[in-house]
Amino acid sequence: MSYFKVIAAIVKKDILMEVRTKQVINAALVFAVLFVVVFSFTMEIGSNMEQKLSGGIFWVSVAFAGILSFNKTIGSETDNGSFEALMLAPVDKSAVFFGKVISNMLFLFLVEVILIPLFLVFYNVNIIGHPLMAVVIILSTYAYSLIGTLFSIISVRTSSKEIMMPVLFLPFMVPVIIAAVLATNVFILGGQIQFSYNWIKLTAVFDIIFTAIIYGIFSLIIED
Amino acid sequence: MENNSLQQTPLISLKQAVKRYGYMQALKKVDLDIYSGTSVTIFGPNGAGKSTLLKVLSMQCRLSSGELLYNGTPYKKISDDFRHKFGVISHQLYLYSSLSAFENLKFYGSLYGISNPEKKGEELLKQLDLYKRKDDLLRTFSRGMLQRVSIARALIHNPEIIFLDEPYTGLDSLAAQKLSTIIKQQIEENKTVIMVTHDIETGFFQADNLLIMDKGKIVYNRQKSSINIDDFRKEYMSVLGVEAAV
Repeated sequence: MSYFKVIAAIVKKDILMEVRTKQVINAALVFAVLFVVVFSFTMEIGSNMEQKLSGGIFWVSVAFAGILSFNKTIGSETDNGSFEALMLAPVDKSAVFFGKVISNMLFLFLVEVILIPLFLVFYNVNIIGHPLMAVVIILSTYAYSLIGTLFSIISVRTSSKEIMMPVLFLPFMVPVIIAAVLATNVFILGGQIQFSYNWIKLTAVFDIIFTAIIYGIFSLIIED
Repeated sequence: MENNSLQQTPLISLKQAVKRYGYMQALKKVDLDIYSGTSVTIFGPNGAGKSTLLKVLSMQCRLSSGELLYNGTPYKKISDDFRHKFGVISHQLYLYSSLSAFENLKFYGSLYGISNPEKKGEELLKQLDLYKRKDDLLRTFSRGMLQRVSIARALIHNPEIIFLDEPYTGLDSLAAQKLSTIIKQQIEENKTVIMVTHDIETGFFQADNLLIMDKGKIVYNRQKSSINIDDFRKEYMSVLGVEAAV
């Protein structure tokens, strides 16, 4: 079976399971919405401070929602040992991994799509006000999903998986979160667009490097 | 196994195989040859290393040291495609509870590149008396029914080597009977069947070769034709240092 067909089969299966159970979206969305709404009440509506912080609030809420989402999607693979069955299949193991990354990315996109109008209502901020913001969202969400999926797979085999996942994931994601927040702030606060380019490039380089590394060593990680 | 060794290269060969989990050594310099078309049953107490041995043989985990060869080729040189020959039935179901029986089989069938997974899935579900429930979600199934779906999952790609890890765990008598029939059928079709079990009776009658593992080592390896079940039971007990029950 070709590499991309394996990815498509995994994504199709994950979407079907999520449509039935809604457990990933429910967990991630409730947390993200609460986080965004509660923070909105700590600041004066439409204030300068609120605008300055909204980029940070958006990306931190996505990061934490991601932790819940990744644990759920990988947990559904390990509940009945299905992940072992996937590793037994005569397919490239990294294709299975990237299938899970894309599933997680789609679920996070859905959370983001719901959060964006909330920022308009509660913070008076249009997160997606500039077309380049779509690039920031795609690159950063991919980075979240890539690293989040990897650490979920690693931590799910440990006895303290709920703690292990954020402990591994969040420090690793610091450069991506900073880059995403600063690039988003350029668009929200109306700065010069070229100031966002370096942050976008940083995220793109992060994505490329870690995609290549994980593609190369995933089967070694998973076999032990 | 001795007769076969004169005729052919072993299908699976382990040489001085060691598997460590941290400080714990699960396999201690294990040597084993398994020939194509044979049925091997591995017995042993809990913690003897049986499941680890099965995981190593089915390439689910890597050896710490030693060699694993398939048809004389080191497993590191074998492509992903080789795993097409493997079917694993375990007490772990390897199924998705929020998919139906049919959707599970279709998904695994597609991963194994089967041309018509729908047809093959339906055939297996009919054979396992689950066709009427094919569209029901697995979370509504009993343990015995789930295990039958798991058997169908393992066989959907018609594997040449079947690994069974405590396959009778939690099965009702109907499911156990179905499983025995299927194992027998696979043996008759000249498939290689490697089973780990505690159940001496079931394991003995389905085997050509009998292995006993203890503390990470193979301490007994004989052909079934050279022994009857009562003598084997006594040997099993004596190997484990336990008096046989009269």
